[in-house]
Amino acid sequence: MNLWVYLAASPLFWLLATVLAFTIAVQVHERTGRRAWVNPVGLAILLLMGVLLVTGTPYPTFFAGAQFVHFMLGPATVALAVPLWVHRHEVRATALPLLAAVLVGALTALVSAVGLAWLLGADAVTIASMAPKSVTAPVAMGISEKIGGVPSLTAAMVLGTGVLGAVVGPVVLRRVGVRDPRAMGTAMGAASHGVATAAAFQLDQKAGTYGGLAMALSALLTSALISAAILFLR
Amino acid sequence: MPLQGAIALILLCQLVGELAARAAGLPLPGPVLGAVLLFLYISARGGPGEDLRQLSDGLLRHLSLLFVPAGVGLTEHLDRIAQEWVAIGTAVILSTILTLVASGWTFTLVLRWQDGRRQRRGMA
Repeated sequence: MNLWVYLAASPLFWLLATVLAFTIAVQVHERTGRRAWVNPVGLAILLLMGVLLVTGTPYPTFFAGAQFVHFMLGPATVALAVPLWVHRHEVRATALPLLAAVLVGALTALVSAVGLAWLLGADAVTIASMAPKSVTAPVAMGISEKIGGVPSLTAAMVLGTGVLGAVVGPVVLRRVGVRDPRAMGTAMGAASHGVATAAAFQLDQKAGTYGGLAMALSALLTSALISAAILFLR
Repeated sequence: MPLQGAIALILLCQLVGELAARAAGLPLPGPVLGAVLLFLYISARGGPGEDLRQLSDGLLRHLSLLFVPAGVGLTEHLDRIAQEWVAIGTAVILSTILTLVASGWTFTLVLRWQDGRRQRRGMA
């Protein structure tokens, strides 16, 4: 029992648990024929939530260990510069469709999330937390704080949106006739940021590159749109 | 450039990005500015070295893992979600699908328009 008390408070244990849960989730993903709906991120999150609930571990204790994985998001974002450079000529030739798609995507995400949540009677804090849900987590949390949301609730919605976009993105896009990997990557990055970009990288390297670009542009545009809305409404 | 050089370069770009975003009061995340800096550096050098390429590949191939810790934060909000799950669930699902379709169609349509214009120019 004392051993468990020690382990449960140790960052090393929760770091290992995070990596293990993800390894199991990836194995399940592989063994079930890499179906999109068995999303490794979503599955790993559910597994770990189960472990925390069963063991009664508070999230901050878990995060003390998991933060070392979380930290790598920053360097990974910086690393997007490499595939961007590799595909630079093609990206330049499609700059206009990319920009237009991200602008339309950012506006659609913002207006539809806020509008639907409001119509369905969500409370003001929930609506504010939901507004930036399609933007990459660190930026979304900053926006949420500015407009009266709860940053950690925003992070949860951002991840939900990400997993959903990773799972349904390829299916929905093919169904509506979008098959160009560049268009698919852009739409997935704009709607569901990094989680769907990771899924797009598994579809095709080009799709992943456009996903990364769309994610970065959408973070910029959404920040700008919300800042403008705040100034306008004031 | 050895591997440790590539690691240092990425961390340096991120650090300068964070500092610049803060100093200029930009609503931009530091790592996004860091990516811009790294892109400029690669362009100036005429290409990424083999180690930088491998490091970037490795980080991006395992991108999914990095989202897990933040996602588990959902446990902190189970009460609110239990109360408002219909509104939250419906809004997240419909909004995500609408955004995917709107963005995917826009890319396709603008690309087609652009290609058509280029072709017409080519013929004239």
